[in-house]
Amino acid sequence: MMSPSRAEALSALCTTFRRDVLQAIHDVQSGHPGGSLSVCEILSVIYLEQAVLYPDQPERLDQDRVVLCKGHAAPMLYRILAEKGYFPKEELAHLRQINSLLQGHPSTHTPGIDMPSGPLGIGLAAAQGIALGVRLNGLDNYVYAVLGDGEINEGTVWETAMSAPKFQLDHLIAVIDRNRVQLDGTMEEIMPTEPLAEKWAAFGWNVITCDGHDVAALDAAFTLAKTNHGSPTMIIANTIKGKGISFMEGKNTWHGAAISDENLAQALSELGGMTE
Amino acid sequence: MSKSIRQVYGEALAAMGNERKDLVALDADVSSSTQTKFFAKAHPDRFFNMGIAEANMTATAAGLASQGFVPFVNTFAVFITSIGYIPTRALACYADLNVKLAGAYCGLSDAFDGASHHATEDIAIMRALPNMKILCPADATATEALTQLAADTHGPCYLRLSRDVYPDLYTGDATFKVGHGNIVRSGTDVTVIACGILVHKALETAQALEADGISVQVVDMYSIKPLDTALVLDCAVKTSAIVTAEEHNVIGGLGGAVAECLAKAGSGVPVEMVGVQDTFTESGPYAKLLEKYALDGAAVAAAIRRAVNRKK
Repeated sequence: MMSPSRAEALSALCTTFRRDVLQAIHDVQSGHPGGSLSVCEILSVIYLEQAVLYPDQPERLDQDRVVLCKGHAAPMLYRILAEKGYFPKEELAHLRQINSLLQGHPSTHTPGIDMPSGPLGIGLAAAQGIALGVRLNGLDNYVYAVLGDGEINEGTVWETAMSAPKFQLDHLIAVIDRNRVQLDGTMEEIMPTEPLAEKWAAFGWNVITCDGHDVAALDAAFTLAKTNHGSPTMIIANTIKGKGISFMEGKNTWHGAAISDENLAQALSELGGMTE
Repeated sequence: MSKSIRQVYGEALAAMGNERKDLVALDADVSSSTQTKFFAKAHPDRFFNMGIAEANMTATAAGLASQGFVPFVNTFAVFITSIGYIPTRALACYADLNVKLAGAYCGLSDAFDGASHHATEDIAIMRALPNMKILCPADATATEALTQLAADTHGPCYLRLSRDVYPDLYTGDATFKVGHGNIVRSGTDVTVIACGILVHKALETAQALEADGISVQVVDMYSIKPLDTALVLDCAVKTSAIVTAEEHNVIGGLGGAVAECLAKAGSGVPVEMVGVQDTFTESGPYAKLLEKYALDGAAVAAAIRRAVNRKK
């Protein structure tokens, strides 16, 4: 169980990640702030608490794998990969620029990323394949897949929903960043999804629901998932799109929008100070 | 020549699995059609039946490849290159992963099932993908060799396989390399650059045209991408006329690749294309379909005469 002091430290780190990501998206005047902010704690807990990773030994097979299926949240992934030591965080200044390590959506050009993403709906299947490969290699590493909730409009997700339980992939732990907002509007307006937990359970998944902005709750959910045998786990992490920035929270218009100087100043102020 | 290409492939894959423990196979509920049933029986722990879910299957293969395995992904050619396309592009090709797409029932070879099951634009789709290689065998020996070659060559590869039986073309000592084609008949007046069943149609025709004094060279262009551009240009210089022949739309396939190569080099020799003329096909007996859609020996002969006449 995560200690209160560690939870506090990790939450503070998440605030720093939010500031840095908003700064990077502002600077390039392109990117996806809403989903980057909602997935912040989910990715932070996976990378900084749960996953066994060897950033300086990418060729090692005996490490955990992470697939950010909702690839448009790449800026947050990049910031956390930098924190993990895959590359200097100064690289964020080149986000989405020519010759950059950091593409608009995740690619294997970036140290720490071994599965591209961006087109929605196929990341979970890729993670399933990784989990099958891990098992065939006789290893017991975990594979984490992070989906958007809008992403599950895609039918391919439900193909994998059917197949992963067939293969009894209990080392596949998926998370839905359940922010309830997609590009054109709320999910209930665009493509109603409830009852979501019941759907995954009906497909044979071990379903856990938690607060996706509470790092201790997320950590507990992953730890609980690892006690499950014989079926994959789906963690439904309830989040807020644009979390932490008053004028972005819950707004589909901030799915993918440029951030003005004025917006940035207000956002950074809400996050408790300017970045260095 | 009693075994179909699909059976030769299925048996070759299963045999390779004995030697190579990194080989895995995935199928979309058609393992008795694609003949991966042999692999499934011999290596059940390395066979994954994904159900009728081609995109899920192809993306899963990308994941397996990222962990050091060499997945062969199996279903009908028309579906693997359409429903399986997004993971092929976004994962297998973009990350240059070791994913091998085995497209069964290429061209019109699933004859009676009709246009919905005929693969006549698969080469065009796969050709446009960076990192993708395309191999198309013209007989049983080539099928075994190219299946092995696909497994041994790093990166994504599309293996274009027929449902049908092909006559023998090669003996066991024939060699196959990515980016190469074979001259299977030497001639001086025109070269037919063909793949798959059209190699055989071209050879039959070449024999018949000898009586008319037309000397036809035939190339089995089993590596469609990368293309053996040196061989194409050599043929253009030697015979000054080119006919392309394929069981595929005339847009974007082998003919398109050869034409691009010749145009880039400023060759200027006449080019005639045998292929499906940008239309959907229909159900029927295979031989009748090849005749109706101008993919038979007569169609190749007519194209040869046109090409030779244009030289004058």
